[in-house]
Amino acid sequence: MKLDSKIPEGPLGEKWTKHKFNLKLVNPSNKRKYEIIVVGTGLAGASAAASLAELGYKVKAFTYHDSPRRAHSIAAQGGINAAKNYQNDGDSVYRLFYDTIKGGDYRAREGNVHRLAEVSVSIIDQCVAQGVPFAREYGGLLANRSFGGAQVSRTFYARGQTGQQLLLGAYSALNRQIAAGKVTMYTRTEMLDVITIDGKARGIITRDLVTGKVESHSAHAVLLCTGGYSNVFYLSTSAKACNASAVWRAHKKGAFFGNPCFTQIHPTCIPVSGDHQSKLTLMSESLRNDGRVWVPKTAMKGLKAKDAANIKEEDRDYFLERRYPSFGNLVPRDVASRNAKNVCDEGRGVGATGLAVFMDFSDAIKRDGKNVIESKYGNLFDMYKQITGDNPYEVPMMIFPAVHYTMGGLWVDYNLMTTIPGLYCLGEANFSDHGANRLGASALMQGLADGYFVIPYTIGDYLATIGWNDKIGTDHPAFKEGMDKVQADVNRLLSIKGKKTVDEFHRQLGLIMWDYCGMSRNEAGLKKAKNLIKELRAEFWTNVNVLGSTNELNQELEKAGRVADFLELGELMVDDALSRSESCGGHFREESATPDGEAMRKDDEFAYVSAWEYKGDQPETLHKDELKFENVKLTQRSYK
Amino acid sequence: MKITLKIWRQQGRNTKGQFKTYSLDHVSSDMSFLEMLDVLNQDLIKKGEEPVTFDHDCREGICGVCSLYINGRPHGPLQTTTCQLHMRTFKDGETITIEPWRANAFPIIKDLMVDRSAFDRIQQAGGYVSVNTGGVPDANEIPVPKHIADEAMDAAQCIGCGACVAACKNSSAMLFVGAKVSQFALLPQGQPERKERVERMVAQMDAEGFGSCTNTYACEAECPKGIKITNIARMNREYFSAMLTSYKVETKGGD
Repeated sequence: MKLDSKIPEGPLGEKWTKHKFNLKLVNPSNKRKYEIIVVGTGLAGASAAASLAELGYKVKAFTYHDSPRRAHSIAAQGGINAAKNYQNDGDSVYRLFYDTIKGGDYRAREGNVHRLAEVSVSIIDQCVAQGVPFAREYGGLLANRSFGGAQVSRTFYARGQTGQQLLLGAYSALNRQIAAGKVTMYTRTEMLDVITIDGKARGIITRDLVTGKVESHSAHAVLLCTGGYSNVFYLSTSAKACNASAVWRAHKKGAFFGNPCFTQIHPTCIPVSGDHQSKLTLMSESLRNDGRVWVPKTAMKGLKAKDAANIKEEDRDYFLERRYPSFGNLVPRDVASRNAKNVCDEGRGVGATGLAVFMDFSDAIKRDGKNVIESKYGNLFDMYKQITGDNPYEVPMMIFPAVHYTMGGLWVDYNLMTTIPGLYCLGEANFSDHGANRLGASALMQGLADGYFVIPYTIGDYLATIGWNDKIGTDHPAFKEGMDKVQADVNRLLSIKGKKTVDEFHRQLGLIMWDYCGMSRNEAGLKKAKNLIKELRAEFWTNVNVLGSTNELNQELEKAGRVADFLELGELMVDDALSRSESCGGHFREESATPDGEAMRKDDEFAYVSAWEYKGDQPETLHKDELKFENVKLTQRSYK
Repeated sequence: MKITLKIWRQQGRNTKGQFKTYSLDHVSSDMSFLEMLDVLNQDLIKKGEEPVTFDHDCREGICGVCSLYINGRPHGPLQTTTCQLHMRTFKDGETITIEPWRANAFPIIKDLMVDRSAFDRIQQAGGYVSVNTGGVPDANEIPVPKHIADEAMDAAQCIGCGACVAACKNSSAMLFVGAKVSQFALLPQGQPERKERVERMVAQMDAEGFGSCTNTYACEAECPKGIKITNIARMNREYFSAMLTSYKVETKGGD
């Protein structure tokens, strides 16, 4: 199969406009004859479901949560980028495009990223019109702040809860369509398979999480908006239920997986406190606007936050400011994370575990006053105090990197369609736009761009091509087969009755991934990880213990299915990391570094998107989707 | 730490529930409350007993799905969500009683998990501004005074957990509904539908079986996001003025 990214020809700034004109349209009176399934109702899913229903399509939306408002988009703190240039500080669509391409270490498509920058301005307009209470200046106009990887202030925010407010905006738009009868909403319902007939996506198989009932749903097109797979690491900033099952099962049905090894490690998370740790909590990157990151110049094992003030200025190493004078504490996430790891590897880490660095607000509080800092970050400081017991107004925070986002995901073309016709993938679940590293405040932008402003245009082209009468009902044998398979998989998990809990397997997998496929990777480690994962997977299928039955609410059973998929995805991530023997963005191969330890890309060999094809029992096949750069010049990123 | 847990176990909506007692002897004071329950569940699975079902997800105090009535208070002794509560708040040797939210409008699904879909239906009745995607004015076209935007944001922070209902002796949802009504009543974008919105949302709230507000302020005291009772006063004012000046609006759950 030949990959076709379908990037339109022509000058960068005209591609999307021209493409929109060239796409086929569906007649308004025919739209109601088309059914569309949307799986996942976070930013991408809720905005897509609402926008498609507004256009007149019949939409069925699915979430495993009790309400669409619970999706993990809600936890995004810092903000959303848009090239509004309200600050008159030199921003433009082209600059947002350029920063995003560069921030992604030149592993994203120019065409996609420019479109993202173009529609970013409409997102802010849309959200304000929905009643999203963004932060404002005294004159009543919108406020901005700056974020990592940019030298302009283009980030819009609602205190430290921007994701919450944007999600509630999309949720309100979705609710309006549910009330109007245009969207049928299925809550506490998990998608467990995609049904393809004649090579096209025709529907899905679901399990009702309350009753355990397995059901099938057919449609003209299926949209997967199911988020990222950071939880393959067990400990991450994702919510507990975040999983890869929807995309993974679509992958096994023929959707290629793009850049699976590109994961983002966020530099500012609360460090691990013990073996009981169930998840990690992020402290927004926006804190780096005012927080200065440091460790002692010489190792001081077990240094506590309350004793930090005793360390004299000349004995402190503000390592980001020292190494990157022009970006300082606001270098991109991958750079900040790796530097924190390096100083801890040198033994200069602080806290009981030595796996933490200080983020210090004392200078900012001295300069601006406690009130100003409180108004900017009050809720984050409260959260930090709640979790650690330390008061960041008085002592520095302790932070350490944690897995936070996955740039990889299902491969999609410019229309957001996967390699299965009729199956689309939006938001974090797809691979597009962020390259090898996502900039702060760009996830919300991409999720909403895909849902509000891209899919409503691009899906029409496919639907108009197949026609409204090209629909196959759930009475087709493929749906019955799909339901039987899902039920059999569920029964198999329950029948093993082994000795280890699902969580034990998940934790073990997480440690393997973190040790060998985390912030820094090398060939020997990756090869070792591959074997370890294989062994663990084999053990899972003979020794996992899932209690209870299938016809009831069974949280262990839900987890078991997700962990089974993580155990397969983990291996693909390792394969991908092995095949890419260059360093780029969040993917740091120790074999490919500059003399001063910065990541070194190999553009001649690796300027492509890895797209993996599932082959059953055989190893997956790597397809290369070449990246063409016609507008930006590839340079080694420098934030010095 | 050593603790004793008295936990409400109930197989399903229509079965009878009861308290069961469990003891845990390897609790760390750094654990979050939910991590302590994780430990309990792992122990139970090892013993071949069914783990305790409870809702949880983000574990950073924002998704609003965690609940639990702990020692007689929603989300436990601190004004925070259960996932942000840590075991250092409790004493070694303490007995902790855990129940689900109790309200007619929140039926129990299993053990500590309840059905809060009534909240969604209230939002569907009017908790939105009727704008389609695209075709909206520039974001800076309508200035919003900072103190109005801030007040709207204070209300909009509601996470929809239902602690207000669980705390209220009448199981009233007025803090939850008042927060959304306030957000849109304050902002210019909410003005065109201001009257219908409050009428519809209040009608749906009543239809779901939530009680009335008798000003005990328990909701404000327990709200993990500090949503103020002022929002209930504002909703009452909005409702009164809508009833006097606008057409009655039929609602789906109205009669």
